[in-house]
Amino acid sequence: MEPENTPLATWLTRFQIHLLRLSRQNKDRWAGKMFLGMTTLPLVLVIVMFVALLIRAWPILQAKPLWALLTGQTWRPLRGEFGLYPFIMGTLWVTAVAMALAVPPCLLSAIYLAEYARPLTRTIVKPLLDLLAGIPSVVYGVWGVVAIVPWVKDFLAPTFDKYLGFIPFFAVDNPTGFGILAGGIVLAVMVAPFVIAITYEVVRSVPDGLREASLAVGATRWQTIKYAVLPQTLPGIIAGIVLGSSRALGETMAVLMVVGNVARVPSSIFDPAYPLTALIANNYGEMLSIPLYDSALLLAALMLLGMEMVFNGISTLILHRFTGREIA
Amino acid sequence: MKRRHIEESIFKALMIGSSGLVVGSLGLILLTVIAKGAPALNLAMFTQTPKGGYYLGKEGGILNAIVGSLYLAGGGTALALLLSLPMALYLGSYVRRRSRWASIVRLALDVLWGIPSIVYGAFGFTIMAALGIRASLLGGILVLALLELPIMTRAMDEIIRMMPSELEQAALALGATRLETTLHIVTRQTLPGLTTAILLAFGRGIGDAASVLFTAGYTDRIPTSLFQPAASLPLAVFFQLGTPFPEVQQRGYAAALVLTVLILFVSFGSRWLSARLGRYAIR
Repeated sequence: MEPENTPLATWLTRFQIHLLRLSRQNKDRWAGKMFLGMTTLPLVLVIVMFVALLIRAWPILQAKPLWALLTGQTWRPLRGEFGLYPFIMGTLWVTAVAMALAVPPCLLSAIYLAEYARPLTRTIVKPLLDLLAGIPSVVYGVWGVVAIVPWVKDFLAPTFDKYLGFIPFFAVDNPTGFGILAGGIVLAVMVAPFVIAITYEVVRSVPDGLREASLAVGATRWQTIKYAVLPQTLPGIIAGIVLGSSRALGETMAVLMVVGNVARVPSSIFDPAYPLTALIANNYGEMLSIPLYDSALLLAALMLLGMEMVFNGISTLILHRFTGREIA
Repeated sequence: MKRRHIEESIFKALMIGSSGLVVGSLGLILLTVIAKGAPALNLAMFTQTPKGGYYLGKEGGILNAIVGSLYLAGGGTALALLLSLPMALYLGSYVRRRSRWASIVRLALDVLWGIPSIVYGAFGFTIMAALGIRASLLGGILVLALLELPIMTRAMDEIIRMMPSELEQAALALGATRLETTLHIVTRQTLPGLTTAILLAFGRGIGDAASVLFTAGYTDRIPTSLFQPAASLPLAVFFQLGTPFPEVQQRGYAAALVLTVLILFVSFGSRWLSARLGRYAIR
């Protein structure tokens, strides 16, 4: 085989000779420029994503006022009604329930790991949390369907119905178990590793001098945490919670599998919901012949992107102050 | 016992309880998946593609999804690596510590990291439709590469920044250029961390369903070209669980177990590998 025969090989050989001719300094300079050029990619990608979704969502924004889309209650694509309100509420309800369930135990475990735990405990728990963060969303969904939904159906719903059913927030009108609470529990476990990791970093960033000063004047360890450490870290902890919520907002498959997918504005944690992510996953890619349908779905995607960018931007800026480096 | 000591022990108990709860959930998830999936596992799952009537409970396996997932995640990871390694090296060792450009790039990467995978999927499908590409292995690989890019770059970036700068300075003092220092010293020193970053991104890619839902499609055959649709394990789980037949649902559980074991394997594999490669680093 003579590699010179193909034009590509000839070109490659020439290119190699050209590279060899470059001095070491020039190679360095060119590589530096190329690397610098490549680092524009993330920023370009964020902008392109935003613009592409905006362009595709534009037809529906032209056809209907944004306010009507955001507050519209009915979703009937065949009749040209694209009310996103039930889906926005679905997303907010599921996220809120998930965060309400996740935040207290996450903060407590993060503080425990940062302040009390022995190094051995930390080296055991850290990989387990990484593992929890690495489990695919679909597997969480399977867990939700197999374990959480029946638990909600057979235990939580009857219990709440018996003792707290008179409060509308806990009213049980949905006997299937698929609903906001099931979605919230699954999501809470999913965001836990994130919230714990960030809170842990933030708490660890408090200088030891503060703790020593507090302990030296006779405070207990919990008092030290309560009065010396936590006030320092509050903005960072809030940023961590915000980041966790943005994770929860965007979660798709696991939520889709357990949340019931009924396009109605929920009023109780046992009601089914239909979050924006599930709306896109269930409908995009099919039936795109209906006018404005794909445009409406991409508006939903654009909204998710916008929410995520705001949440992420704010929390990153806050976190940056704490650790001197950004936490993803 | 004083009140504050009682408060201390109450909160300590709560903290230990919470940690137990979080770790316990992990155990519970793994137990559930094993208990549900193990009975449905058999050799045919790994060696056969779905046969006729598979989705009604007939013969067949999920080889198409296993191979498809490996293709998709493998291709996506390779592509993401090509882009993220130079970026991470640039951010980590070319620019000054307090560079404004580097913080902008990191912020953009963090924003990208947080973008929901369903948005990546919708965006990818939009672009593919504009270019006239149909749901295919290629589309799935491209979208997974975008999804993995920020994860891999940020993980590599953190690792490279943790490297002591004395080593670089020594190389530079000997007359090596920046490029030579980066390629010969930085990459070798941080090899364990870089491997972890690559496998982390691979794990994220292989487990993601929402991004490949529209872009890679689903098929019962093993793709033989980049332009054919490809099945994936997460979607195999999702679709089989969605059928009304218990036999098929059983296989969905089995597919979930296969996926989980694969993820555990990647996770432990990366720890083992990075410990092994760590022997070549100077400490």
